[in-house]
Amino acid sequence: MNAAAVKKRIANWGNYPVVEAEVARLETEERLAGLLSRPMIARGMGRCYGDASLGERVLSTLPHDRFLSFDEGTGDLECQAGTVLGTIVETFVPRGWFLPVTPGTRFVTVGGAISADVHGKNHHIDGSFCRHVRSLRVMTADGGIVNCSQNENAELFDTVCGGMGLAGIILSAVIRLKKVETPYVRQETVKAKDLGEVMDLFERSADWPYSVAWIDCLSGSGRALMIRGAHATREEALGLPVSGAKTPSLNVPFFLPSFALNGVSVKLFNALYYAKARRGVTTAITGYESFFYPLDGVQNWNRIYGRRGFVQYQLVLPKEQSRAGIAAVLKRVADAGQGSFLAVLKLLGKGEHLLSFPMEGYTLALDFPITKNLFGLLDELDAIVLRHGGRLYLAKDARMNAGTFNKGYANADAFRARKAKFDPRGVFQSLQSKRLHI
Amino acid sequence: MKYVLIIGARSDLGREIARLFAGNGFGVYLAARQSAGLAAECEHLKIRYGVQAKTVECDLRDFSSHAPLYGSLHPKPEGAVCVVGYLGSEDKAKTDFTEARQIMETNFVGCVSILNAVAEDFEKRGEGFIIGVSSVAGDRGRRKTCIYGSAKAGFTAYLSGLRNRLHRHGVRVLTVKPGWMDTKMTEGMNLPPLFTAQPEDAARDVFRAWQKGKDVVYTKWMWRYIMWVIVHIPERIFKKMDL
Repeated sequence: MNAAAVKKRIANWGNYPVVEAEVARLETEERLAGLLSRPMIARGMGRCYGDASLGERVLSTLPHDRFLSFDEGTGDLECQAGTVLGTIVETFVPRGWFLPVTPGTRFVTVGGAISADVHGKNHHIDGSFCRHVRSLRVMTADGGIVNCSQNENAELFDTVCGGMGLAGIILSAVIRLKKVETPYVRQETVKAKDLGEVMDLFERSADWPYSVAWIDCLSGSGRALMIRGAHATREEALGLPVSGAKTPSLNVPFFLPSFALNGVSVKLFNALYYAKARRGVTTAITGYESFFYPLDGVQNWNRIYGRRGFVQYQLVLPKEQSRAGIAAVLKRVADAGQGSFLAVLKLLGKGEHLLSFPMEGYTLALDFPITKNLFGLLDELDAIVLRHGGRLYLAKDARMNAGTFNKGYANADAFRARKAKFDPRGVFQSLQSKRLHI
Repeated sequence: MKYVLIIGARSDLGREIARLFAGNGFGVYLAARQSAGLAAECEHLKIRYGVQAKTVECDLRDFSSHAPLYGSLHPKPEGAVCVVGYLGSEDKAKTDFTEARQIMETNFVGCVSILNAVAEDFEKRGEGFIIGVSSVAGDRGRRKTCIYGSAKAGFTAYLSGLRNRLHRHGVRVLTVKPGWMDTKMTEGMNLPPLFTAQPEDAARDVFRAWQKGKDVVYTKWMWRYIMWVIVHIPERIFKKMDL
């Protein structure tokens, strides 16, 4: 039985690309040090969309999934890198704590969240995930274990945060949870008739802890629904079950045929979704799961795009360029008749680490099923994004070229220099890092 | 708090079963060799599920240690789960009896030795449950798992006998027969995903079977039918086959 001989076919959430990879497991730290002789990339739940955690040799961090300590006073939770955010939420929401920042799915690991420096609906106020990381234990390329934080080995800490797994393997992290009174969210849904109106809404909603908007990008006008929320207080959730709301769980048991999603069905979905909201502002108290993780309720929802998979294209533009840039992107998409099921808009704050995605401005995320015309269209969109001073999210990316990366990420070379320092032999590499020459 | 003793707690399946019991309010004893390595898992169970968790040093082949080991547990557990699997090397075991013996002592003799101590107590108390994880390899001897399979066959027969003995005393015994499982033990083997259980899914199968009061459970479920076919192939044909 030679572990090196067996390869598995794996893909991340977009099911594109699919690769043959040797998969090793992170069981113990001692054993891990012995695995660093050949290139590898750490991988958790595989919820990045593209190839950021794919390579010829992949280290699954999932067996390394334990809570190590919890401080009831500060909310500091120390856990291993393979811990899934959903486990944290499930454990601590009933005790009155919540994640300081959460992405739109709870099925990601702590290690993944740190490596991609993920953001949530509260980025404009609370920054991204790494802002709430107190310290890290990292195995560097030489097999040594280093504690790092903003005060200790700060340069390594800054490189690992948002470092896409390329500076070292995160073994464990201390993250500071935040107090919440209830497992509920007070939510407002606001209709906007076009892009300008929804952007004004974001400006006026800056005090809301959470905000996000869904755009109907086939409508031409860019009509939208903004959803904003705040953790519900005890008074607001009075009379609701203390244990929280149970959300129904659906599943997509197999890949749908690729014709299932087409211009007509997407238009219909968006029209229904928009029509569901009443005029003006709708208020509701909702369970945290349906507010933060609406798509987690449908297991394997990625299969609706068919076996060929899909690309999620997420861009961010500086604020002053956002209106024109996003309008240009939406127009190009509408002209091409490419159905995007999901179009999500959000106002972000500043990015904090070298390869962090956020910048002050608007981010737009679009889903595209893989078709033969898609990649040409995406190259055109890249040109629009770069022209407006923007960049693309590495955690979603499966196809941008090194030029687009270099232009979008001003700190690309600074990161390369750090990578050369911490990993001179190039032990940590992914398909994405090779494509982008990181 | 009720306790459950997990023998072989370092195994992937053992760990998942321990978590399920902890999630249902059981305190947990995690027994394994070099149990200090299970300290992190103990902390995890305490924080995650708010239950008590302790490590217990247990060498399955140190037979004389088993009765004192069980005697030292306070409070006494409500149930015991034996999740021991040492695959070893069938090739090596052909010529090297030390290897063959280790396979048999770990998968069969050691399990009997420790479960005897458990069974005696449960029988006296007139309560409790025992879950033994055997293997589909014990359903019929094959060339590739000759020693391992025979040890598991012995363990399966032991569990069946134990069930027959303890039933009248109100003690339940569940025999678990996993087919292929994606664990440390099978790392590096190329197993077809459709027939291969993930440890957390297998643990859920085990837990559900325990809740329902079943006697025998296969995981994944289709192994019951696969093994039915394999067991019914006539020996004069089976001996020529290469399964």
